[in-house]
Amino acid sequence: MAGTAAASERHNRLAPYLLIAPGILWLVVFFVVPLIALAQTSVASGEGPWWDGYVRALGNYGTHFLRSFRYALIATLLALALGYPLAYVIAFRAGRLKNLLLGLVILPFFVTFLVRTFAWKTILSDGGPAVWLLQQVYLLSEGGRLLDTTLAVIGGLTYNFLPFMILPIYVSLEKIDRRLVEAAQDLYSTPLGAFRRVVLPLSLPGVFAGSLLTFIPASGDFINAELLGSFNQQMIGTVIQNQFLEVRDYPLAAALSFVLMTIITFGVMAYTRVLGTEELG
Amino acid sequence: MRGGRLGTRILDGYAMLVLGYLFLPILVIILYSFNKPAGKFNFVWKSFSLEAWTDPFRYPALVDAMILSLRVAAVSTLVAIIFGALIALALCRYRFRGSGPVSLLLVLPLTTPEVVLGSSLLALFLDFNARSGFGTVVIAHIMFSVSYVALTVRARLRGFDWTLEEAAMDLGATPFRVFRKVTLPLIAPGIAAAAMLAFALSLDDFVITLFTAGSKVTYPLYVYGARRAAFPPHINVLATAILVTSLLVLGATVVWQQRTLRQRAAAVPLP
Repeated sequence: MAGTAAASERHNRLAPYLLIAPGILWLVVFFVVPLIALAQTSVASGEGPWWDGYVRALGNYGTHFLRSFRYALIATLLALALGYPLAYVIAFRAGRLKNLLLGLVILPFFVTFLVRTFAWKTILSDGGPAVWLLQQVYLLSEGGRLLDTTLAVIGGLTYNFLPFMILPIYVSLEKIDRRLVEAAQDLYSTPLGAFRRVVLPLSLPGVFAGSLLTFIPASGDFINAELLGSFNQQMIGTVIQNQFLEVRDYPLAAALSFVLMTIITFGVMAYTRVLGTEELG
Repeated sequence: MRGGRLGTRILDGYAMLVLGYLFLPILVIILYSFNKPAGKFNFVWKSFSLEAWTDPFRYPALVDAMILSLRVAAVSTLVAIIFGALIALALCRYRFRGSGPVSLLLVLPLTTPEVVLGSSLLALFLDFNARSGFGTVVIAHIMFSVSYVALTVRARLRGFDWTLEEAAMDLGATPFRVFRKVTLPLIAPGIAAAAMLAFALSLDDFVITLFTAGSKVTYPLYVYGARRAAFPPHINVLATAILVTSLLVLGATVVWQQRTLRQRAAAVPLP
């Protein structure tokens, strides 16, 4: 394989570049260049100094940033707590049902994201089934609400990005050589011990990828906050959307967007150093 | 398993509950497609009715939005499949300078929040006074689909035996014939999977579309607008229809792939 690859490399040195050219050009023009345009817009405040947009972004919307990252972090941890055991059961215990269960995990992808979130609005609505149930067991007071609460927003975020947590964890669990687990048990490790010392460490790449794929979209999301929350649960995505499309304060909107991206990029870099793998590349 | 009987049962039960959580809203969507709501908003159960199912195209704006979504998905998937598959092919077949940065560039759009992708595209379009509409939405959808397609196809192509192509060439096949007879059949399943993914992502995309659509309304944008004006059960009917169609396509692909696998196995003479 290596020999033939080297041979074809000599024969058509240009071939790979011709193959990647259209797609990569598209990504450069419509992904990289827009980020530069965004940066430019953020420093093009008409009258004030160039950093005016950033001062207003951080000064007025600091709470929105903090709230978004807090919600996203809680949703990621919840998705991990819900998703890991399910991924484990599918990978190790489902047997012939494996493909069916995997299919059920990706089923939500086939129903429009927005319609699913509206379904949560129905489930959690005042006088709806969830409120009624919780009132019966005295977990919710008379007149208590689920809609427009932090709980509803975080629940919605967790729900929407849960498959992105389950699938990478499943993939990394699936790759584990079963004989390693058997070996650990032959050496008198308890099931829990075998899990802790063999399965868990080997599944960390999946946990790493899954938590990024959950945290990043959750922190920029605004649909859950808008449909399931109230003004008090507003996230930074709503502000960016609103400033860009309604208020049209472009320098401020671009600065907000840029700050969000920068924080996430540095966060991802720090996280990669702690739990780093090459899996994403 | 020693000693863990009760523990594993609890684990299985917990996993089933999580599946139920994933499933619950979908059940609600299907159920509420049979609702006859009291007012304009289909959020509270009133009574069973087949009204929305017998007349699914009652709201022209909703139908137009659905058609626009399908058109956008078809065009952007077609282009993204070509661009993405070529990148995957290059990454798997050749070792070349710059393949590292190319891989990174493919991953970056997936690790950037959609709101940033959408707003940066809008910033670009504003700079060039580009008119938002069908074209800008398709541009945006191709952009995020290319990454998904390239990564999916690449994952399927890893560990693939490229010497088959050289064997075909040694036997006198023209490059075009090699591509059609050897390369294409081998990468076809990966491309089919990537195409379905790209199509589904495009049909579902809301955030990036919101920033790039201008006054055009796709199906998700219609649903978003419906929260203020009226939310008829017809939205649920279309959502259910998309779900059922996707499942049928998925099922057909699985059957097709298994059949080709069987045929291929039958074609190889056993020693």
